[in-house]
Amino acid sequence: MTDALTRALASRDWILADGATGTNLFNMGLQSGDAPEFWNRDEPEKIRTLYRNAVEAGSDLFLTNSFGANASRLKLHDAADKAYEFSKLAAELGREVADASGREIIVAGSVGPTGEIMGAAGTLTHESAVAMFEETGRGLLDGGADVLWVETISAPEEYKAAAEAFANLNAPWCGTMSFDTAGRTMMGLTSEAMVKMVEDLPNPPIGFGANCGVGASDLLRTVLGFAATGTERPIIAKGNAGIPKYVDGHIHYDGTPELMGEYAVMARACGAKIIGGCCGTMPDHLRAMRAALETREPGPRPTLEEIAATLGGFSSDSDGTGDDATEGRARRGSRRRSKAD
Amino acid sequence: MSDQEDDIILSELDDEELVQQMFDDLYDGLKEEIEEGVNILLERGWSPYKILTEALVGGMTIVGKDFRDGILFVPEVLLAANAMKGGMAILKPLLVETGAPRQGKMVIGTVKGDIHDIGKNLVSMMMEGAGFEVVDLGINNPVENYLEAIEREQADILGMSALLTTTMPYMKVVIDAMVEKGIRDDYIVLVGGAPLNEEFGKAIGADAYCRDAAVAVETAKDYISRKHNQMSAG
Repeated sequence: MTDALTRALASRDWILADGATGTNLFNMGLQSGDAPEFWNRDEPEKIRTLYRNAVEAGSDLFLTNSFGANASRLKLHDAADKAYEFSKLAAELGREVADASGREIIVAGSVGPTGEIMGAAGTLTHESAVAMFEETGRGLLDGGADVLWVETISAPEEYKAAAEAFANLNAPWCGTMSFDTAGRTMMGLTSEAMVKMVEDLPNPPIGFGANCGVGASDLLRTVLGFAATGTERPIIAKGNAGIPKYVDGHIHYDGTPELMGEYAVMARACGAKIIGGCCGTMPDHLRAMRAALETREPGPRPTLEEIAATLGGFSSDSDGTGDDATEGRARRGSRRRSKAD
Repeated sequence: MSDQEDDIILSELDDEELVQQMFDDLYDGLKEEIEEGVNILLERGWSPYKILTEALVGGMTIVGKDFRDGILFVPEVLLAANAMKGGMAILKPLLVETGAPRQGKMVIGTVKGDIHDIGKNLVSMMMEGAGFEVVDLGINNPVENYLEAIEREQADILGMSALLTTTMPYMKVVIDAMVEKGIRDDYIVLVGGAPLNEEFGKAIGADAYCRDAAVAVETAKDYISRKHNQMSAG
């Protein structure tokens, strides 16, 4: 049996995903410093409201409130043993809202990063990362998630660990990374390199893409980078609603619903098939995005100049792809010491 | 890079070449080579302080610059910092013995509720790489942790980090507490983290927002030298 997302992608040109989780929960009274995943148990009605707001604003797919529901993150709240429980609850509440909506809504089980560093300079081993992702993933599947959805990843090692965990669970999945450093992920991965990594996986995701990062413009540049590789795999675009500003003691994102509507249409024109928002994206933004996607023509693929003119400038001149690829440091001379291996 | 290329014997290089080679080795994150280079320079009679500033800090400055410019990324910087640490482990006791001048001391930590420490660790390492003493409070720090530590450590700089929009307002809580105790102006307060920006730094009353670890180092140096100037003027 195919999963709900694959079915939807087969019959639709685009799918509207959801917006922010944190920003919305903050507005519902989540305190600075609290882990949102506790609300799956302690404030289930607020989590239902979060999901319902996205569905009512037009989302076809929403992510569960389980971003930090892994052992590594929860241990900081003395709840390392709650990863499975909180994940399952997050998905159960999601399933409930989706099934009551009267239309086909996809429940995507959010899996966030461990927050630890893997690889040569890191502290987290591949095995423990796989085990953690598997625990979260299992909870989400048992709670009724349609697909697993790893997001905001910086390191290729971590993305691969999540892929392996999902393979162990035999789960359909999607995975997005966050390109927040000069157009690359914090660990230096370019959009182009991500496509290659994704295609080399033994169990590639249904869709892949970018979320969060800097602003909507940067995110679309990344999507253009994905599309330039000629990949046929559905691309996900979940950009922030502008840049965070601090107003009267609260964080406010400066992207208006109108702007996010423009962003959604441009994301589709850039090649994205699953389009949503990330931090700062509220139900009003989603409504504007839905309306724009429904009423506007897809149009030709925009240039970087057109993106910048509509959504604002980029955070860096280059994103490390194509002709702009930055060279490594020019060596002082030809003299190099061979590495003692 | 051909295999026929001769291995470089560090001890056969003259001082200037060796320092240049150490810049390359730091850049490549070669810890053992850096330790060897430090030991060779010590044997040649270099003062620990001179090795620190000219070879290690000099090399890390290049790393920091390329990190700032988006040429190097976190994994490379972590390896470089690790190599630097190897050299520092040799120099640290000698620096204390020889009474070398202090660059400055920083207390740093991620704010309450925030468990992200990659950015903070990077700042710690780059600050150490620039010769600062760093006291790392780790993650999830309430106001009291910061206040106790800056007093206990007689720090010059307080660094706060947050990666979440839900936790960044807590930085203001800490700064407000410092203002209330009348100690705000005794410290240089630097803030950083992905969702922050300069405007936010100003709004909460920090001295500066630092976009990344390289900028944090430059800003810290700048403020410390201003502080020294003020002291000598006063």
